Amino acid sequence: MPKVSMTVNGKPASGEIEGRTLLVEFLRETLGLTGTHVGCDTSQCGTCVVHVNGRDVKACTMFAAEAEGADVKTIEGMAASDGALHPVQKAFQDHHGLQCGFCTPGMVMTAAALLESNPSPSESEVREYLEGNICRCTGYHNIVKAIMAASGQDVSRVAAE
Amino acid sequence: MPKDGGIGASSKRREDVRFLTGTGNYTDDINMHGQAHAVFARSNVAHGRIKSIDTSAAEAMEGVLAVFTGEDFAEVGGNPAGWYIESRDGTAMKEPKRPVLAHGKVRHVGDAYAAVIAGTREQAEAAAEAIEADIEDLPAVVNMDRALDGADGFVHDEIGTNEVFDWGWIEDNRAAVDEAIRTAPHVTTMELVNNRCIPNALEPRASLATYNPGSDEYTLHTTSQNPHLTRLLISAFVLGIPENKLTVVAPDVGGGFGSKIYHYGEEALVLAAAKKLKRPVKWTATRSESFMTDAHGRDHETRIELACEKDGTFIAVRTETKANVGAYLSNFATVTPTFLHGTLMAGNYTVPNVYVNVKAVMTNTAPVDAYRGAGRPEATYSLERVIDKAARELGIDPIAIRRKNFVKPDQFPYTTPVALQYDTGDYDALMDKLEEIAEVSGFEARRAESERNGKLRGLGINSYIEACGIAPSNLVGQLGARVGLYDAATVRVNATGNLSVMVGAHSHGQGHETAFAQVVAEMLGIDAGMIDIVHGDSSKIPFGMGTYGSRSLAVCGSAMVRATEKVINKARKIAAHMMEASEADIEFRDGAFSVAGTDKSVAWGEVALKAYIPHDFPLEDIEPGLEETAFYDPANFTYPAGAYACEVEVDPETGKVTVERFAAADDFGNVINPMIVSGQVHGGLAQGIGQALLEGAVYDEDGQLLSASYMDYTMPRADDLPFYDIDHSCQTPCTHNPLGVKGCGEAGAIGSPPAVVNAVVDALQRAGRDVPHIDMPLTPARVWAAMQD
Repeated sequence: MPKVSMTVNGKPASGEIEGRTLLVEFLRETLGLTGTHVGCDTSQCGTCVVHVNGRDVKACTMFAAEAEGADVKTIEGMAASDGALHPVQKAFQDHHGLQCGFCTPGMVMTAAALLESNPSPSESEVREYLEGNICRCTGYHNIVKAIMAASGQDVSRVAAE
Repeated sequence: MPKDGGIGASSKRREDVRFLTGTGNYTDDINMHGQAHAVFARSNVAHGRIKSIDTSAAEAMEGVLAVFTGEDFAEVGGNPAGWYIESRDGTAMKEPKRPVLAHGKVRHVGDAYAAVIAGTREQAEAAAEAIEADIEDLPAVVNMDRALDGADGFVHDEIGTNEVFDWGWIEDNRAAVDEAIRTAPHVTTMELVNNRCIPNALEPRASLATYNPGSDEYTLHTTSQNPHLTRLLISAFVLGIPENKLTVVAPDVGGGFGSKIYHYGEEALVLAAAKKLKRPVKWTATRSESFMTDAHGRDHETRIELACEKDGTFIAVRTETKANVGAYLSNFATVTPTFLHGTLMAGNYTVPNVYVNVKAVMTNTAPVDAYRGAGRPEATYSLERVIDKAARELGIDPIAIRRKNFVKPDQFPYTTPVALQYDTGDYDALMDKLEEIAEVSGFEARRAESERNGKLRGLGINSYIEACGIAPSNLVGQLGARVGLYDAATVRVNATGNLSVMVGAHSHGQGHETAFAQVVAEMLGIDAGMIDIVHGDSSKIPFGMGTYGSRSLAVCGSAMVRATEKVINKARKIAAHMMEASEADIEFRDGAFSVAGTDKSVAWGEVALKAYIPHDFPLEDIEPGLEETAFYDPANFTYPAGAYACEVEVDPETGKVTVERFAAADDFGNVINPMIVSGQVHGGLAQGIGQALLEGAVYDEDGQLLSASYMDYTMPRADDLPFYDIDHSCQTPCTHNPLGVKGCGEAGAIGSPPAVVNAVVDALQRAGRDVPHIDMPLTPARVWAAMQD
């Protein structure tokens, strides 16, 4: 079987794969990084979003082989080594931006990518950017609020409840 | 109140850290040594006779360990309906067997007729494709009217009908209701479709079974809202595994919304396969399988009549409903369209005559069961739509007509003509609050602004009431429930003073690990961080009925309060012994026991330690240890209520509806964690708005599910929804449970669909379009078409 090597959360990672192995399968099954989830089979739900070379990517739309040599970051790599949460993770907790937690890793990775490219997004920019991420629990209210808060905006004005 | 921990604090959720850091533990995240994988062969026709299934090619394929068909389970039991319903004529409901795998016939697209177990999932998938099934295509029973006629044959030939029951509630009311409607000055009639929804918890169902041949013990990890109920169904009805040999674990579960209450055949299959192969066997649904096989929700066709005086005083309500239950009776399929629906048909109003008729209809579609709200959204939708239409016909303001008919605060406890007794409420206060937070007085200005922008703006108002805290066992037993609906909790004080609290409710997004700990922290006056909530593992928790029907805090939380009270009583006894005082003189405050009128005091931790080091205990009076269990069976349902307002803009060019504002004023009684309660409302609103505008499970006339992926079934996304304005400060605490709580999980999904539809109809009416109604989902195509008529 072919072998693939990449950097995952700052550490070298490699493993044997089949040609058809998806990046999300490699992360979950080979590396045991089960924080990245699979919620659909049509690349719609966004629970599998990771960062590949700094860009947010649905890990179910990419073969593991395509990530050869890439720098991959997953939800497990977001908090600091001392356990301090990434600002987006912290904002999600502070603003109750998650309930069952299943969409959460994808939401956090997507949100972090948004804030990299747009440090102070408007409400409609946040909502538009989340087009590819489905949440069934929160009604998005607190997710949008958390992302805007993580960007340093005062959210008490835009969403009191 | 303990800092950041007691009742009323918006404590941050402790479960968040693991979910935010990728360290949650969902069923599919668990892998066992030697694990094999199950993949199901599923019917691609809605209705067919299985003539033969040839598994030989599949069995010969690489990695294949076993292949199962319906024959292998022909002798085991069926998955039962949990509630017995009697028809109006006194005959018993029809209960066709629901097998582990389809046997004899396939009855809906996705119905599994075989399963392959192989070393890898890919091997199992390939082998499942190689199974040769000769299935004779039969006419599909899809349309409910044709199903009742038997025009397309029967889903279950052995019962000779597609009608499960024809139920009347209350049959003795019927003559009076008929007469009241016949003689009423005004009668408003509507025909409504409550569209079929697919729950779509983001985590697909999954099950992982292990079997230990040495001890004959099984463990099932599964995506369940109620592990004990699942175990009971498997043990007592389906496989006959002794309950004491089966552990069911529902670890982190990624949402349920009703769809994970029920026992499904896949759970039995992996257990049987694990035993046969003596290896762990895992199955995880693809999203396509979820669409085809998770229990769907709603799917009612209703004719409703509301009789009124000319001044808008309600006289009578009469409904006739056809409820689609799909191809098999799921566990709560018979109670959802009956007692969870018909008993709510008086709403928040003093309407003296109510009669509800429901026919449950089997079709060649996925089973339909409780979905967030479960019967109560259907009741609320019918009633609140017809009230809106009546108000328009009578020229009465929609808020005024509701206020005119509300049950007033001094009328509680109020017994409705459909047999519920509402314990407490203040519906005018909720409407006052709604008018404030929705800024109803500013609507006209906003409408004018929309008009300037070429948009039609409408305001939709509704009220709702629901019956939650399910349920008093003695009452539901009389009505046909085959289970009790109590719950249970064990409070274990560890020797070092911290606590493990084992609860029968299951948390799959509701934040029990945080909110339940707040309750115990408040009662004990200790830091919530000392308290862990344990749930989901039948080998650790007492026998509880799980989480659904907004029952967790009202029922299981009450059990937890009772168990904590027992702990305090025993601790008081130990403290009295330690301080050589009379038990009657012991005061317990802020986590310390003291002797009244003295400076003697022992801390919580000292008492806990003493309980486990009982060197000098008078053992005839005090047992060692500090652990208590309580079962709590509620005296009544709880009755959350609310008033909702939706403002929409309709684009007259395209028919597209945009929700501009949504306000919800709810009365949940006392609130433990306001942040979590708000989150529950937000999620419910999104599901209700989704049902009203976007979602719909569509079967074609051949029974093919056309909306079987996220590319075809429209889930609400972030850009479909606004920020919500919500409030739960109107609180009339429940009078019969110790916390005074009512439940908040389903409210948003119950109250929002009629508010949205009322708003769209209002927008069109204000623009001079005589559109009395549009069926959900209000897609641009439907709204545009209605505007052209």
